[in-house]
Amino acid sequence: MNWWHRLLRRKKMEEHLEKELRFHLEQHTNELIAQGYSRDEARRQSRLSLGGPEQVKENCRDARGTRWLEDLLQDFRYAIRMLRKQPGFAGVALLTLALGSGATTVMFTVVNGVLLKPLPYPEPDRLVVVHGHTDTWNAAIYGEQNLTYPDFLDCRRSSRSLEMAGFVYSGGILGEPGVPEYVERREITPELFSVLGVPLLRGRPFLPEEDRPGRAPVVILSYSLWQRRFAGEPRTVGLPVVLDDKSYTVVGITPPGFQLDGEEGDVFTLLGQDTAAYLRNRRAHPVGVVARLRPGAKLSQASAELELIGQQLTAQYPDSNKGRSFVAMPLRPDVGDVRSTLWLLLGAVGLVLLIACVNVASLLLARAVSRDRELAMRVALGASRGRLVRQCLTESAVLGLSGGVLGVLVAAVGFRPFVQFWPGTLPRADEIQLDWRVLLFALTASLVSGLLFGLAPALRAPVGEVEQALRAGGRTLAGSSRRLHSGFVISEIALAVVLLVTAGMLGRTLLRLSSLNPGVNTRNVLVTRMALSPAALAHPDGIRAAWQDVLDRARRVPGVESIAAVDTFPMRQGENQLGYWNTPAVPPENQQPLALATSVTPDYLKVMGIPLLKGRFFDDHDRRGRDAVIVIDEVLAQQAFGTRECVGKRLWIPEMSGPNWSEGNDSLLVVGVVGHVRHWGLARDDQAPVRAQFYYPFAQVPDGALRRWSELMSIAVRTSIPPLNVVDSLRRELRGATGGATGDQALYQVRTLEQLASDSLARQRFLLLLFGIFAGLALALACIGIYGVLAYLTGQRVPEIGVRMALGANAREVIRLVLRQSLGMIFGGVAVGILAALAAGRLLMHTVDGMQSTELSTLIITIPVLVLAAMLASYGPARRASRIDPIRALRQD
Amino acid sequence: MAEKSDLPQGTLDLLILKIVALGPVHGYAIAQRLEQVSRGVVQVPQGSLYPALHRLENRGLLAADWEETESGREAKFYRLTRKGRTQLETEAASWQRLIEAVGLVLKLSGGGAE
Repeated sequence: MNWWHRLLRRKKMEEHLEKELRFHLEQHTNELIAQGYSRDEARRQSRLSLGGPEQVKENCRDARGTRWLEDLLQDFRYAIRMLRKQPGFAGVALLTLALGSGATTVMFTVVNGVLLKPLPYPEPDRLVVVHGHTDTWNAAIYGEQNLTYPDFLDCRRSSRSLEMAGFVYSGGILGEPGVPEYVERREITPELFSVLGVPLLRGRPFLPEEDRPGRAPVVILSYSLWQRRFAGEPRTVGLPVVLDDKSYTVVGITPPGFQLDGEEGDVFTLLGQDTAAYLRNRRAHPVGVVARLRPGAKLSQASAELELIGQQLTAQYPDSNKGRSFVAMPLRPDVGDVRSTLWLLLGAVGLVLLIACVNVASLLLARAVSRDRELAMRVALGASRGRLVRQCLTESAVLGLSGGVLGVLVAAVGFRPFVQFWPGTLPRADEIQLDWRVLLFALTASLVSGLLFGLAPALRAPVGEVEQALRAGGRTLAGSSRRLHSGFVISEIALAVVLLVTAGMLGRTLLRLSSLNPGVNTRNVLVTRMALSPAALAHPDGIRAAWQDVLDRARRVPGVESIAAVDTFPMRQGENQLGYWNTPAVPPENQQPLALATSVTPDYLKVMGIPLLKGRFFDDHDRRGRDAVIVIDEVLAQQAFGTRECVGKRLWIPEMSGPNWSEGNDSLLVVGVVGHVRHWGLARDDQAPVRAQFYYPFAQVPDGALRRWSELMSIAVRTSIPPLNVVDSLRRELRGATGGATGDQALYQVRTLEQLASDSLARQRFLLLLFGIFAGLALALACIGIYGVLAYLTGQRVPEIGVRMALGANAREVIRLVLRQSLGMIFGGVAVGILAALAAGRLLMHTVDGMQSTELSTLIITIPVLVLAAMLASYGPARRASRIDPIRALRQD
Repeated sequence: MAEKSDLPQGTLDLLILKIVALGPVHGYAIAQRLEQVSRGVVQVPQGSLYPALHRLENRGLLAADWEETESGREAKFYRLTRKGRTQLETEAASWQRLIEAVGLVLKLSGGGAE
């Protein structure tokens, strides 16, 4: 019989045991009678020689080996009975735990989906990314270096350990069928889907022989584009679509939720069909590379191989590939800066859970003290200390587990609103689910918390002084227990202080940041990306004419006051950082200071409301053929020229020098100084590594770069009416043909500058809200805890208070007596809490942009709130104590 | 009645196995036989017999069935399993060795002690 058999057939086994022993007794009795004993005497003798039947049975049960499990079940049933007998206690404890463990489980669900889960491809640990590496490349600012297309082709051909695929980000305008629309395009190599191991939903992947210039253009649509534009029509595969005025045949549809490098993309086309010059250039590196280790290959092998290929290429193409090597790294999800925020939040809810545990622990302890007599009775009847501890722990584990189950329920409904509430888009949001990891976490968390709050009551189970405990009748209170109670209250208050102070810090930070001057006038400004029609992009003159046409036409739209084209505008991720120097002796690339370069049209200053401090801004005379000019902001003026006059001086900017850019001149003329703009958003700008800015006229961008620039340009519009009201007419006005050319063009990513400025604080606002909620919860829980503990402690002191009152103490003195006790605990907690809060503040400074160290004023505002709430919570028990009737209190004995 | 001595630790299991090895037998009979065979020298507290039986059954050395006795009553009969027999043999052998060794030692120091 297995142990579970024995367990399940427990009742039957009990019957058998009973029967076996009865048989023994009867046989013995009969034998004794046969020897001449009387019936009674025989029965007595046989019982004597066997021993106490219950004891024998107990020993037999022990011999069975399933004892611990039986005890566990018994304790379990007992625990549930006890909880049901005290619904008030059970309700408060369960509610507390459900809140704590629910909040923690929600956060863990998100952390799990975003940070812990492997990528949603088969065998994700065999996937790697391949980066380029050169000494002059500053990966901290520019990110990892991609590969040039020729380098990629060489690596793909030579590598034996890696199956490689490349992709390039681009965009395009999807014309027919339907309204022209800007789409995210990924130009990929044919192996991409097989490398990732993702089968297409419909149709087929690209074929290697299609990956050449001049082959029939083919396109794969993303699932969501297919749903949006083609209503999921199965016959879409095989249909033609117009992309950038060129007809492509749809050959496949990606499965729902397919993502490449963390983004969905709209259309996929073949990189090999693109004839753009930059793809043939061994200096431009646009190709992102994912690869899968071939069966049996190791990452170290792949790295060694790539290094070798790098050396060969350097030898072959010394001009372009000098010092360039390639590195393979495991493919990890790119979650940006969300990581630290999520861990921070998990830590914060962890504190709430801890408070909940402490709360339940003090409730349990209060109950355990009143159960001293029961426990002492058990000891007297033969229970061992271990047995009692086990029983207490089982009870708290039952509580903890029920709390955990409730927590999972809370998480199941709670995590979606949380994700939706997240400012901006949370990376990998689709992958957030309740899965086995979450369940395992909830189970572990609830068991651990069960142990945590069950241990203190369990360990104080009486053993030594059984007699005392029995005689005392549960009225005396050992000093150790009182200390334990104060310890609980102190730690609860300390934890609440941490959360309150943190919330206060976040609130102050938010206030300070939103009162900052962004450097631009954010009211009534509309910013939107603009995709010119592909036909207009064919020729440099056409591009200049097209932009002029866009600006002229937009100016005619009612409500538009002024308009400018610009490549990167403030509060967005877009940036273009260039090295500069203030003398012709320019140091090497990685030693040059950096500044943000923005190419604009003359009205930009007017549209954005940036103040002109010195000199002039651009006008229509700043064209190709004139002296190349720039306007710098006050930060760059300070950095490059100090207090000296800067208008009329020159700056050397290698990327914008040379025959192409400045028409023979190796430097640029500074014609004006403007105010600094918080380009990186209200919060981040102060800490940004590159803050200096300069502007250059879009009209002076050389012909060769115009096409690339045009793909990046946005337009900014100052309006006299609410900016979103002009969107429709603007869209209509700009949709059609431009500058005489025909083709599709579209506005996309339409936002107001006010929105962008406000979004740049969204993370801070979100954290403040959550910490506010957590702090409120913590405060409420701590108050409940104080109330419970004080009510209990004063309850234990009823006879003492009775004596005091009988001896002449009045109500006020009794209230003071109780409040003094609670004040001691409160201030103890505040002291510990402030220390912990200072530490937490340091952590926050590293995680949240714009956060400053804990200020005294934050403490002065938040601490009294807590002390007041805690005092209010203690007032109830104190008042009740003051109303004790001394006669009755004394008679209780 | 002769003076009774307590069983050395662990020998009760060995004795039970030996008695059960003679054929299926119920608890009361085991108790009786223990007393008879040892001629009353070995005192087996009947109260510890049953836990020992259950322990041996639990370890798979004994198996038990409910059968009728000669007097027509149902009783739990224990018998030796294959595992029990091996156990009995090894334990009996090691017990034998122990006795011999102890005997040798006692003989050696025989003169000095008396």
